[in-house]
Amino acid sequence: MGVGPPVLRLSGVSKTYASNGGHSLRALREVSMEVGRGEFVSLVGPSGCGKSTLLGLIAGLEAPTDGAIEIAAETDGSPGRVAYMPQRDLLLPWRSLLDNATLGAEVGGGDRAVARRRAQSLLPSFGLEGFADALPHTLSGGMRQRAALLRTVLLDREILLLDEPFGALDALTRAALQEWLLDVWERLKAAVLFVTHDVEEALWLSDRVYVMSRRPGSIQLDLAVDLPRPRTRDMRGTAGFAALKQRLLDALLADTA
Amino acid sequence: MNRSRFARIAPALVVLAALVGIWELVTRLAAVPEWLLPSPTVIVVEFAESLPQLAPHTARTLLEASVGYGAALVLAFVVAALIDQSGLARRALSPLLVTSQTIPIFALAPLLAIWFGFGITPKILIVALACFFPIAVSLAGGLRNADPDMQALVRSMGGSRRQVFSKVKLPSAIPALLSGMKIAASYSVIAAVIGEWVGASQGLGLYMLRASSSFQTARVFAVIAVIAVLSVAVFLAVDVVGRWIAPWIYVRTEEAQT
Repeated sequence: MGVGPPVLRLSGVSKTYASNGGHSLRALREVSMEVGRGEFVSLVGPSGCGKSTLLGLIAGLEAPTDGAIEIAAETDGSPGRVAYMPQRDLLLPWRSLLDNATLGAEVGGGDRAVARRRAQSLLPSFGLEGFADALPHTLSGGMRQRAALLRTVLLDREILLLDEPFGALDALTRAALQEWLLDVWERLKAAVLFVTHDVEEALWLSDRVYVMSRRPGSIQLDLAVDLPRPRTRDMRGTAGFAALKQRLLDALLADTA
Repeated sequence: MNRSRFARIAPALVVLAALVGIWELVTRLAAVPEWLLPSPTVIVVEFAESLPQLAPHTARTLLEASVGYGAALVLAFVVAALIDQSGLARRALSPLLVTSQTIPIFALAPLLAIWFGFGITPKILIVALACFFPIAVSLAGGLRNADPDMQALVRSMGGSRRQVFSKVKLPSAIPALLSGMKIAASYSVIAAVIGEWVGASQGLGLYMLRASSSFQTARVFAVIAVIAVLSVAVFLAVDVVGRWIAPWIYVRTEEAQT
């Protein structure tokens, strides 16, 4: 996977928040990680370990207290360089699905007509055909999540940051969307940094999984997932999968002890 | 749906009809003189007879109310946007905005007449002053309460402050803006009438004063009815415009009702 320089490289990234009582809150401690071109990497960790903070830093919404973030070998730190999908779908309720999906092109000053045509042509593969003009409140949870992902994909970046995109969905919808996401990713050729607290989800989707410790978050384990692609559902039952899962759980639980 | 709507307002209509009926009955049976308390039927007849005179006065008052309202809307928008975009403007203007709400605007009408005479200007100003505060305060609040995650999303796409404002904050503030606009709309007509009381050449306020000083009590009632109907009408007009420009606001509450 790692051909050429990584599309994302973090070196010694720390984040400390000053709070009013004179105490400061350390959210991240010297996080170093890499995501190669076209690679699918997951980040698992207990809740509150700073996973979302880390994505916010990579998206350029906040600056790290320490360390460097390189995106496509550049470190200028301005937002708009990665495609960021926050935890909530954040579809704007006053916009139709299509207008939500093309928000990025609108903000970036791209050609609106071109963006709309492209979004239209992608609707079927996102299972949203016929819903171009629907307002978000009329869509199901799964559809909203797919619409948010369509908005993210249409940003046309080399790396997608997905923050627990399936966290709020029921198990069935979630399983279906996981398969569908891999399908989209394989056609897209973009790198993905996928945040989750579901160990099985991380393993089944990823080329590599990083395990984060509890706060202040730091990288505990960098685990290569040597399962063949394309991934199939029955792989979850194999001994190899179980062994990887055990290693991930050990790393996660070692931290809580 | 129409049926359920009727069922909802039916009790109020019954009470209203009963009150009007009692009023009619009492004035007739007790032979109350017309200059003291005219019966509803006398008021209706008076209304129909004075309609040719009422119409131009009504038009004038409505003109003052709508120009003043429009001016208030523009000014409130500028002030609320300033407060939202600049910390300095917020610290400078917010406390004034809140405390100025305690000034009885209508008491300023005589002052405005001294400064601007008896033409249309002081009436427009009094309407604008009365409508400005509810709109500015609610819009500033709506802008402040816009979802920070949605704003972060637009920033993560490389969006500028202006884009965050126009694509997220302003649309998010529309429900708050509309409720402020409804309150202001219900003030607008009565503000114009009070402006006319101080001195005017035309308008419902003037017409009402003339009627009352010549003890044409039925006519005073007719004017009061016109003012009430106008106030409700402008309130409903804002509501209709709101449903048209922001249909998504009404979805959840209506779903909850059915």
